[in-house]
Amino acid sequence: MSMKTKKKASIRIGWDDITLSGLSYFITGFFAIICVIPFLYVITYSISPYEEFLKHPFRIIPRVFSGSAYKMAFNYQYIWSGYANTIFISFFGTFLSMILLVLTAYPLTKKDMKGRKAIMTLWVITMFFGGGMIPNYFLIRSLGLLNNLWSMILPGLLGAYNLILMINYIRGLPISIEEAALIDGANDAQVLFRVVLPLCLPILATLGLFTVVGYWNSYFNAIIYLTKRNLWPLQLVLREIVFESASNEMQQGMAAEERVTPPFILKMASIVIATLPIMCVYPFLQKYFMRGLVLGGVKE
Amino acid sequence: MKTATIPVNRNHSLTFRELWRYILKRRYLYLMCIPGLAYLIIFRYIPMYGITMAFQDFSFKKGIFGSPFNNFSNFTQLFSSEIFYNVLSNSLFLSVSRLVITFPIPILLALLLNEIKTVKYKKVAQTFMYLPHFISWVVLGGILTNFLSMDDGLINILVENITGEKINFLGSAEWFRTVIIGSNIWKEAGWGTIIYLAGLSAINPEYYEAATVDGANRWQRLLHITLPGLADTIVVMLILAVGGIMNNGFEQIYLFQNPMNISVSQVFETYTYQIGIVGGRYSYSTAVELFKSVIAAVLLFSTNKLANKIRGHSIY
Repeated sequence: MSMKTKKKASIRIGWDDITLSGLSYFITGFFAIICVIPFLYVITYSISPYEEFLKHPFRIIPRVFSGSAYKMAFNYQYIWSGYANTIFISFFGTFLSMILLVLTAYPLTKKDMKGRKAIMTLWVITMFFGGGMIPNYFLIRSLGLLNNLWSMILPGLLGAYNLILMINYIRGLPISIEEAALIDGANDAQVLFRVVLPLCLPILATLGLFTVVGYWNSYFNAIIYLTKRNLWPLQLVLREIVFESASNEMQQGMAAEERVTPPFILKMASIVIATLPIMCVYPFLQKYFMRGLVLGGVKE
Repeated sequence: MKTATIPVNRNHSLTFRELWRYILKRRYLYLMCIPGLAYLIIFRYIPMYGITMAFQDFSFKKGIFGSPFNNFSNFTQLFSSEIFYNVLSNSLFLSVSRLVITFPIPILLALLLNEIKTVKYKKVAQTFMYLPHFISWVVLGGILTNFLSMDDGLINILVENITGEKINFLGSAEWFRTVIIGSNIWKEAGWGTIIYLAGLSAINPEYYEAATVDGANRWQRLLHITLPGLADTIVVMLILAVGGIMNNGFEQIYLFQNPMNISVSQVFETYTYQIGIVGGRYSYSTAVELFKSVIAAVLLFSTNKLANKIRGHSIY
């Protein structure tokens, strides 16, 4: 009987419902639209001819189509090298990062391991303090990694934050499985690779996807360590195209009649090119990160 | 009655032999630690040694081991330079105003999202809101500089239609902070709702039912149940945000920085880059960075401790 009363009470709509719901729908809808419109705008003008932009600079849906912007963009050699570099950095970097993550995290989950506290402290310290720009620069220099793509991968290979997430996740796995394996005579390495690792795939997928995005979007290391243009990752090439002050190099490569401030549509096309892979991966990210952050078991 | 107990060497330090036996027994665990430790030492701790540069009169030729020490003269020079105080005030002003303005927004959005009952709408809205988080600062900067440009920027055309004049968003000191904070909101506010939505889903639904039975309307439920239920999460996030007050992030600032707004846009990270990497004043810039890192470390450490106390446990 109390069920019936409850049902009745929730069906009745009062002023509070209308105002609060109305407000929520309106504000969240407004913010969501603002988040998306710039993307639509960029895509629209990347596939429109230049004259369209000059005539109608406010569209978000394309009317006239033209591939001229993309043709121009792909003619620029550094777009190709940029892509190659970024793909190398992102995928190799993430692959190594995940391996290192698992190897480093597993021993630290064993509360009875001697020396665990010391190692953990070393990692935690790095969360608060670091060497700094100049000492890192000298380190990379001494390692001979200047103008080498590895300087983009190695410095940030493993962060304490990911490590902690991983440790908490492994600790959340049922301990009986590990114990069963140990009883069967497996050593620690076999337990890790045969038993724990397969169970870690969800979180590795989540962290891996985030790491890929992180590597893909980073450009600071490239500014300091990579001076040769053919080693530049996509973001630096993009910066040159889009931020007008540095676009001379590109113009020198073009024929004289094309030599004009990079038309707006070229910039739009370059932006799409640089971001498209991430946007394609995004739907998969969506599926994983909502689950992943909760699986991590950390309210952080 | 005394019971016979096997002496267990648990609290005393082990003899060398016992320790060695333990390591041998669990050798794979220790082997697994090696790559991580190697990375840690090479890429994290060796640069920390490089901080001694801040106390030296560093000369490239002599290197870090050969340069003479000048104790704190780099720092006395630092504290007596006008530029330093300009950089300091820029950094703090920017990060504090950013904190104040951007902190409530994800909370607000999360609360509102939580009130939406249509699941499809909620999911679509969330998908749109998380999108900006995944693009790079270069892409965002590119989009924004084109929208805000004086010549053909979308926003300036609108502004001109309304007020008759164009606004120099990108090349003026007054608008710099607005642009930075605004773009920060656009990029991160949606993403920031995740942690609060998680907190909201953890609130016991029985409280809501009890309140409804007692006759509370939705606003009252929001105020008296939802908000207090989220209080812990909010406080923890606030404390952590304050801990990061010394950090402004190189990538975003560098892209919007130009000679016209340098008086407000020069923050610690970009200043260190300017005088260190570009200018080559290695020991001086290391000193600048050391100053900033020490304060940041103290802040981060103490706020993290405080946050852990409130959480009731440590995350590590």
